[in-house]
Amino acid sequence: MAYPTNYRYTREHEWIEANGNTAAVGITDHAQGSLGDIVFVELPKVGDKVEKGKVFGSVESVKAVSDLYAPATGTVTAINEELATAPEKINADAHASWIMKIELSDPGEVGGLLSAEDYEKYVKEETGH
Amino acid sequence: MVDFGGWDMPVEYSGLIAEHMAVRTGVGVFDVSHMGDIQLRGPGSLSAVQHISMNDAARLQVGQAQYSAMLYPEGTFVDDIIVHKFSDNDYLFVINAGTREKDYEWVRAQARAFDCHVSDYSDYYTQLAIQGPRAQDTLQKLTNADLSKVKFYWFTWGTVCGLANTLIARTGYTGEDGFEIYIPSDEATSERVWNEVMQAGADFGIVPCGLGARNTLRLEAALSLYGHEISESINVFEAGLDRFCKLEKGPFLGSDALRKVQAAGGPERKLVGLEVVDRGIARDGYRVLDGSGTVIGSVTSGSPAPFLKKNIALAYVPRSYAEVGTELAVEIRSNPVKAVVVPIPFYRKPKKSVAGAS
Repeated sequence: MAYPTNYRYTREHEWIEANGNTAAVGITDHAQGSLGDIVFVELPKVGDKVEKGKVFGSVESVKAVSDLYAPATGTVTAINEELATAPEKINADAHASWIMKIELSDPGEVGGLLSAEDYEKYVKEETGH
Repeated sequence: MVDFGGWDMPVEYSGLIAEHMAVRTGVGVFDVSHMGDIQLRGPGSLSAVQHISMNDAARLQVGQAQYSAMLYPEGTFVDDIIVHKFSDNDYLFVINAGTREKDYEWVRAQARAFDCHVSDYSDYYTQLAIQGPRAQDTLQKLTNADLSKVKFYWFTWGTVCGLANTLIARTGYTGEDGFEIYIPSDEATSERVWNEVMQAGADFGIVPCGLGARNTLRLEAALSLYGHEISESINVFEAGLDRFCKLEKGPFLGSDALRKVQAAGGPERKLVGLEVVDRGIARDGYRVLDGSGTVIGSVTSGSPAPFLKKNIALAYVPRSYAEVGTELAVEIRSNPVKAVVVPIPFYRKPKKSVAGAS
C-alpha cells in the first residue's frame, strides 16, 4: 500500500496528516501488517494533552499489544469512536483510519518527521526487505 | 509502536483469526516439526515409562496414546508429553521443542536403571498437524488407513502420500478433532506432503496455520503450555492435571511429593480460567487482583479468543479465589479491569456422532 506523500511518519510507525494547526494521527500500513488482526484500540480522551514521543494510547492485535506514540505535541480535539467497535478498520485501510485529531502546539514540529519516501526506506532497512 | 511481539517463526500465514476459525469450523494444517520425539525400547521400557511419567502407561494398549507429564521429585514439571505405545517394549514420547535437550537428558538419566534404550528421533521427523472437523476428510484422501477406525488419542500406521508405514495419530493441541502425521524430515518430502495436504483440504477451505493460532486454539481449550501453566516451579495439583496423574499405579518420580501435597489438604494455589468482563485484554504476566486491589496472582496465558469472541486468560490464584463465579480483576496497563472465574476449558469441541472421537 502506498504511503501518502502529504503525511509525515515516525520511526514508531505512526502517520500524521497536518492541516494548519490541526492534524490527524494513525498507524501505518506496515504497522497494521506487523500486528495482524487488530482487536482493540485504547483511545485517548478529547481534551487530553499529548506530548511528542510519549504514549497516548495503544492498539492490540490477537497476539500483541503496542503503544501508540504521539508524533507531535498538542491537545486532542477528536477521537475516532468507530474504532472502539470496529478496530479491524485499521487493518482494512490504515492510512484512512485516523485514531485521534489534535490541535498542534507547534505546527513546525511535523516537518521534522519522516517523509513517505524516508519512512519506506526506514521500513525496508528495519525489516531487511 | 516499537514492539511487534518479537516472534520469528511463522506466527501467521493468512491471518491469525482466519486460521483459528478454519480449525474450529473446517480444517487447518500446522508444521509442528519443532516437537521432539524420544523413543524408549527394550524389555524394561514399560517400567522406565512408569517411573518417568505420571500417567499409567500400563493401561495403554498397542496403538494407544495418552497425555502425561514427566515430573521432578518435587512433583513439578520437567515437561508435558504424549506417550504412544508402539509395542510392549517400545514407547514414544512426543515432547516440547523448547525443552528438548533437557527432556532427552532427563529421560536418558532416569531410564539408566532400566533395561531400556533411549533414542532421540526428533531430527528424523517432520510432524504435521491436520486439525479441525474436516481433518479426517482431508487426510483420508491421502492414506490407505481407515481413519474412521482411529479413535481420539489412538494411532495407526499407513501409507500417506506414498510414504509407507507413516505414523498417523489422532492427537493435537487445538481442542479440536485432528491428526498428527510423522514423515521423513528431508525437505523435498516434507514440502511434497505439505502441498498434497493443502490440495486435499482445498475443498474444505484448508489454510496453513502458524504459532499464533496454535496458541489461541490451545488457550480456548485450556491446554497447558510449558513455561506458562506448567513449569519446574508448578506442581500437578496446582495445574489441575490430577486426572492424568495416577498415584495409585505405584511410586514414580514426583509421586512422594504429590502425596504430601495431598495429605496437606491440596495445593494452596490453583489454575483458573478468567473471562475479562470489562473492556481490556489480559496478557501473559499481567497481575491478578482481588476485589480490594491486592495482588493475588498472575496471568499465565491471556488473549482474545477468536472463536469465543471473549477475552480470556489462565491464571494462578490462591485456592480461596478459585471458585467459579468469583469476581477478580486483571491489572491491564495500570488499570484494574473486572474479570470473573469461569469453568475451563473455555471451549469444548461439539460431540461427534462418528465412531471414536470421544
